[in-house]
Parts: sequence; structure tokens; C-alpha cells
Amino acid sequence: MTAVDDRPETVAPAPRRRPNRLLALLRNSWRQLTSMRTALILLFLLAIAAIPGSVLPQRGISPEKVNEYFVDHPDLAPRLDRIGAFEVFGSVWFSAIYLLLFTSLIGCITPRLRDHFRALRSRPPAAPKRMARLPQHTVLPAPPGGVAAIAEVLRKRRWRVEVRGDEVSAEKGYLKETGNLLFHTSLIAVLIGVALGSWYGWSGNRLLVAGADNAFCNTRQQYAEAKLGPRVDSADLPRFCLRLDDFQARFLPSGQPEFFNATVTVDGPDEPTRSADFSVNSPLRLGDASVYLLGHGYAPVIRYTDRFGNSQLSDEPFLTTGDMGLTSEGLAAFPDANVDPATGARAPDQQMAFTGIYLPTAPEQAPFVRSQYPTERNPVLNLVAYRGNLGLDAGIPGSVYQLDQRQVRTGKVKEVGTKLLRKGETWKLDDGSTVEFLGTERYVTLSVRHDPGATPLLISCAALLVGLMGSLFGRRRRVFFRVVPGDPGEGSPTSGSSLMEVGGLPRTDYPGFADEFTQLVAAVNGAERPEAEATERAGVREGAE
Amino acid sequence: MSALSDNLVTFAILAYLVAMIGHAVEYALGNARTRVATAAPVRELVGAGGGVVPTPPAPVKSSPTDDRPARRARLAGLIGVGATAVAALLHLAALVTRGLAADRMPWGNMYEFVLTVTFIGVAAWLVVLWKRPSLRKLGLFLTLVMVLLVATAELVLYVPIVPLVPALNSYWFIIHVSTIVFASGIFLLGVVPAVGFLMRSGYEQGKRSFPYILAKRLPGAVGLERLTFALHAFAFPIFTFAVIAGAIWAEAAWGRPWGWDPKETWAFISWVVYAGYLHARATPSVKRNVATWIAVLGFLTMLMNLFGVNIFFTGLHSYGGLD
Ligand code: HEM
Repeated sequence: MTAVDDRPETVAPAPRRRPNRLLALLRNSWRQLTSMRTALILLFLLAIAAIPGSVLPQRGISPEKVNEYFVDHPDLAPRLDRIGAFEVFGSVWFSAIYLLLFTSLIGCITPRLRDHFRALRSRPPAAPKRMARLPQHTVLPAPPGGVAAIAEVLRKRRWRVEVRGDEVSAEKGYLKETGNLLFHTSLIAVLIGVALGSWYGWSGNRLLVAGADNAFCNTRQQYAEAKLGPRVDSADLPRFCLRLDDFQARFLPSGQPEFFNATVTVDGPDEPTRSADFSVNSPLRLGDASVYLLGHGYAPVIRYTDRFGNSQLSDEPFLTTGDMGLTSEGLAAFPDANVDPATGARAPDQQMAFTGIYLPTAPEQAPFVRSQYPTERNPVLNLVAYRGNLGLDAGIPGSVYQLDQRQVRTGKVKEVGTKLLRKGETWKLDDGSTVEFLGTERYVTLSVRHDPGATPLLISCAALLVGLMGSLFGRRRRVFFRVVPGDPGEGSPTSGSSLMEVGGLPRTDYPGFADEFTQLVAAVNGAERPEAEATERAGVREGAE
Repeated sequence: MSALSDNLVTFAILAYLVAMIGHAVEYALGNARTRVATAAPVRELVGAGGGVVPTPPAPVKSSPTDDRPARRARLAGLIGVGATAVAALLHLAALVTRGLAADRMPWGNMYEFVLTVTFIGVAAWLVVLWKRPSLRKLGLFLTLVMVLLVATAELVLYVPIVPLVPALNSYWFIIHVSTIVFASGIFLLGVVPAVGFLMRSGYEQGKRSFPYILAKRLPGAVGLERLTFALHAFAFPIFTFAVIAGAIWAEAAWGRPWGWDPKETWAFISWVVYAGYLHARATPSVKRNVATWIAVLGFLTMLMNLFGVNIFFTGLHSYGGLD
């Protein structure tokens, strides 16, 4: 019932000479690999192999969760890591399965493409001798136009028709195989699109605080994380800079976000200077890059005036902790604090840092640990002051969002007090220095990307869909007509005139074929129903051609 | 409006219950009758090849008194169908009022999602039934599924109306979710004849133990299998399109068409399993039973994606609405 059945796996010819044994083995393995059964098994393996990717945290999506997993399961995690369980979709075994599947696919469709191409150009085969054996079979009076009239009706109905003497063979539904091949070829194209994207694409993520001083340019160094495909060089990144001018968000009374909009100024050698808006579902499309808005938060502006009277500002973004009220945590570090202006001598043990929790809408009463609402209705900054060597000079790469806990543990950094500050309030520390909470700036989390595979991917997906529909809804079938002289000896009304024997064969699973066959036969037959007018109509049509 | 919608859901569940009872009575009466007419099994085995053609009602060579239970059974079945139609209307009304109250399409969270999917399933069932009245007895299974799912939605998944988070508020959201919902509804309906076929084909092979015996009154296995395939072949391209639309939306919202988020991963798994079903069905050396099991497995992966992923995993698809 299928156009392409399982290839017989038993045909390995008995090896005549030794060297052929290897060849035969190879040929057999190839046959095995390209059989439908293997495709089925590989499809299953692929589905099963994807499961751990949803159960275990994945590095590509949430590296923090992977780290958490390592902390929670110190024994299991490294073992899982060794088999690539935290990067399932890039792991050797996952890749092996899909590469085998696609090899099988190519091996499967190449001969079918060739055969189908031939079939498209070849003529429908001759009618079988014994038509009565076909699934559909009937004998009726032939239309007066004979073979030509039959062929005419079939052509009108878009059958591919071949007339051989007093026989007509017709075939329809090539669309099924065409669609099927288009579908499977598109699958390969999809894979190529994905590969293109990962080879020639790049992406970078970063936070961008509002204000002219915080503008950033599209270079690799300016991203917190950047991923460049193996075929991309840092110098290939288009040159443009972005400045966040404004960020608007609207929230529902429940705190659920309803609307975001970021306004930026774009400029740079590769982009004309202009102002642009973008939002969560409508990224900013620049020439060879798109800028996506992924998140937002607050960057408290903190001024620290050291005991010599020198002031410094910090407006580092505080990271949101994931609750609805945008409770944020962060660090304001002043490594250059308490440099004696008279001597210029640095005092490494007099550096200052403040860790803080920022609540855009603090509750009425303590504890001030969880914000009630994402906009600034009652902003409160809860600071812990630290003094000492922050460890930034030691060349240990530290996070700009967290105090280096090693320095705290070893006592090189000491806590010197905590205080709750509202906007505009100042806190005087024990050494006479002051901290001021001036207000906040908005920041946005951006992802800047270029994916050259996206367009090919979209096109192949469209082709895939078209092919799939053709494949699923197309129906290949053949009908044969043979006009034979009527049996003059019989006393039936048809005696004397010729008869036609009709056979039909659905080549794919097609429950409705019997109906179609009946209708088709009726249509052919209708051209010659004993009624004169029908006969005449058929005659006129023939005469017109 | 929101309260009205909630009430309508309750009424719809009640109507599904009535429909289920109607179908069950038809089943039971039919069984009672065949206990009298012992020749039935053989006849049904013969009738099994007849595709969608209804298995001829067991021989009625008897007096009108014997005929009455048969008529009563039929009446109960028709009441079941009528109640299903009423339930479907209530169900639709519940969705419409919910959508009006929320001022958006009613697919914003799991509760609404399940409600819509089940509606698509029942609407498609009514269409199938209209074309093939002989499949009526499958209604017992279908209404059972409806009662279970809609009641689960109301009792477990219910959430009050809230607008969509900005990431969901997009053109592609409507296209993606409407097609996912539609395809899921057809897959949901497809699993009913699939399970029916698995039981019925066992029954036709002479198995009389627990699950198979339930299939005694079902339409013939061949017809059930065809229907299973037709529904899956119809839903699969729509599901494929929905996944592609989701990728387009994900590109606009998150900057990548595909990121192996748990929800995406399970959509991939479902897609591959359903592709496996279509393959298996097209491979002559794979038995229809095996192929149909794959379809059932496909539906289990859809359920996993709907319930499992929303509840157990955290991902970017933040619409579960349960906290
Ligand atoms: C990459 C993995 C593959 C996927 C996702 C896939 C998917 C599909 C789907 C969805 C169909 C259903 C369309 C239809 O029934 O006409 C199908 C049909 C088919 N596939 Fe694949 N396929 C894959 C690989 C293969 C391979 C490796 C082979 C060859 C061994 C193959 C051979 C076929 C054939 C012959 C049909 C037509 C069945 C029929 O006559 O209806 N496919 N495939």
C-alpha cells in the first residue's frame, strides 16, 4: 500500500570471492541503515535522547541552575557532566543519533528522488492482462467515442493518460511522492539552516543602564557573555553603539507586567544616528543584528564621599531576584575610596563596598526584604557597608554584582554597619565618610544577535509544511480502461456495441478510492448513456476538437 | 461575566456526565441483550472486516419483546449524543464569556488552554459523528475523557482572569496558540479511537479479559484504526505549523527561534513521536497495533508537555498560571 516499502533485507548475494564479503557487508549495512525500520528506531532514540534535556538543567539555557545542581548533587553532577547531560543537545550521543538519522534520510530519499524523477517522465504502465484481479473492477458499455472519449474525460479530471491501442492507462496523485520528497528534503534544509546559524551567527548579552555615560558599542569586549560562531571573527561584528534614553513599563495592580518599551539612540559607523523604540515582541532590527529586550530592573545611584572628601558615584545595576515586586540585589564598590589626595597613596585596606537590597515598593513595616510592587512607590535601599581589601586588584576576576566572599571569610574585608536608606538620605559611617542614595536609573537586559540561518530556516520550514500536506493528503492511484467488442451473442441491451473493462488500483492507503472509482466510471460512462442527448453531447465535444 | 463563565463550565461538566450516562446505558442495555443472544461474538467477528460500516446489530430473529431493549439502548445512545451537543454548546459559551471577560482570546493559562482543547476535541467529535453516525458508541469513551479533563481543569487548574504578560501579547501568540490548541484538540480526539482500536482489535482476536471485553460494543477495529489515522494525519501538519509559528514568535520575543526550553523540548518529542507514528503506519512490516500504540504514546507526550512541564519545570513559557 505504500509507494516505497521496506527494502528487502534478504537479498545479500552469496559472496563469490573474498574481497566481496566486506563489500557485501557494507552494502547490507547501508541497506539496513536506510530502511524505514531503522528510521523509525532512530526517530525513537531521538525522542528519548531529548528527555534528559528537559529534566536536567542545561548550560545553554540556565548555567546558574547547572551550578546549583552541582551544589545540590555533588556526587552525581560530575558524572552526569562527563556524559554531557548538561549539554544534551550538543552532546556526542545526541549528535550521533541525529546525524545517523539524517544519513539514513539521505540514503533513503536519494534513490527515491531518482525514481520519482523517472516516474514523472515515464508513461503510466500498460493495463494488466487480468483486470479482474485489481481491487476495483467493472465492465460497462463503452462510450461511443471509444478510447478517445475515455482519455478525454480522464484528462479533464487531470489524470495523466496514456493510450495504447484500445487501452487507456491513467495515473494520478504524483503529488504524494513529490510532497513526501519535498518534506524529507526540507528536513535536511532545516538542519543546514541551523548549522549555518551556529557557524556564522553570533550573539551577546548585556545589561544597559540608562544615560549617556552608559552607552555601549557592539564589540565583543562590551558583552557580559558573547558567543561567536566558529566562522565569525570579532572584527566581523557590525559597528554601532546603543544608548538607553528611556524605559517605560506598565504593570497591573497585581504587579504583573503589561507593557514594556525601551527608547534608545543608535549610532555608529554602520548605522545612521537615530532614535528607536523596541519592546518584548518587536526587537530592534539593525542591518546585521537584532536587539532583543529580555528584561529590566533598577540601578541605584549611590554617592560615596570618603573621609578626604572625595566623591564617587556608582550606578551598577542591581539584579532582580525573580519575584513579582522586582526585589533586587547588587553591589556598589568603590575601590578608589580613601586615596589620600595629598600623597596620592592608595590604601588597599580602606576600599569601600556596599551590598544592598533594593525594594522599589517596600512594605510599611520591617522586614524590608521583599518588594510589594514593581514600580517605585516606596523605594528603599538596604545597605551593608564593608571596608577592606575588596580583592579587585589581585587579578581574580570577580563579579561586579557580588562581593568577593573569600575576602570576607579571610577577614580582609570587614562589615562596618547596615542602614536603610530612602531616596535622598545620607548615611554617615564611623570614619566620617558618607553614603548617599540619590535615586535610581532604569536598566534593560539586552540580547544582540545575528543569525544568518534564520531566513533559510524559515523558507525550509515553509517548504516542509507544503510537502507534508502533499504527502499526507495526496493519493496515488491508477485506472485502466480496455475497450473490447461486445458479445453479439448475448441478448442484453448492450449487445452489439463494445464494452469497456475498467480496473482501479489505489497505490497508497486510500479508503475513499472505491467512491472515486465509481464516480469516474460513471463520468466516463455518462458520456454515452443510451439517451440520445448524452451521446450527442459527447459527439459535439469531439467534433469541437 | 467571569462568574457566568465559571458556572457554564460547571453546567457543561454536568451535561457531559449526562451524556456519559446515556452512552453507558446504551452499552449496558446492549450487553444485557447479547447475554440472551449467545450467537453474537461470532457474528461480530465476521462484521469486523467491514470497516466503518456499523457492525450489524445482532440477529433479530426474535419477538418484539426482545427488540425493545435494543430500541431503548439506541434511545439512550441518542440521548448521549444530544447531551454531548448541549454540553459542547455550554462549553463554547463558557469559553466565549471567559474571553469577553478577559478581553482577549481565552488561551492565556493552563485552565483556559485545557478548556479550549477539550472544546475543540468535542466539536471535532460532533463533526465526525455527523459524518459517521455508526461510530456513536465511541461516545462513551469520549464523554469520559471530557468529564475527566474538564473537571480537572475546573478543580485543579482554575485561575481567575488576568491579562497576558507582555511576552505573550503578540500577533504570533494568537497564531501559535490557536493552532497548538486546535491540533491538541484533534490529537485528543484521535486518542479515543486509538485506544478503542487497541481494545477492539484484541477483542476481535478473541481476547475476552478485562480491557478487551469493554470493546464488545465498539465499532469494528478497521474503521477505528482508519479514523485514528485520519485524525492524526489531519492534526500533524497543523501541529507542525504551530511549532514553526512558535519558533517565529520565540525569535521575536527571545531572540532565538529554538532554545530547547523544556516546553520546546517536549514539543519536539511529541512531534518526533507523531512522525514516528506516521512512519510506522506507512511501514508494512510494522503491525497496526504497534503503530497505534505510538500514537497513544504521542498523546502522552502532549499531556506531559501540558501538565508535567508547566508544573514541574520552569522555563520561559510562563503561562502556566499556577504558583
Ligand atoms: C529526519 C527524520 C524523519 C522525519 C521527521 C520523518 C517524517 C515523516 C513524516 C511525518 C511522514 C508522514 C508523511 C506521510 O505519511 O506521507 C513521513 C513519511 C515517510 N518517510 Fe519519513 N521522516 C524521517 C526520516 C525518514 C527516513 C530516514 C526515511 C527512509 C528510510 C523516511 C521515509 C519515509 C517514507 C517512505 C514515507 C512515506 C510513507 C508513506 O508512504 O506514507 N523518512 N516521514
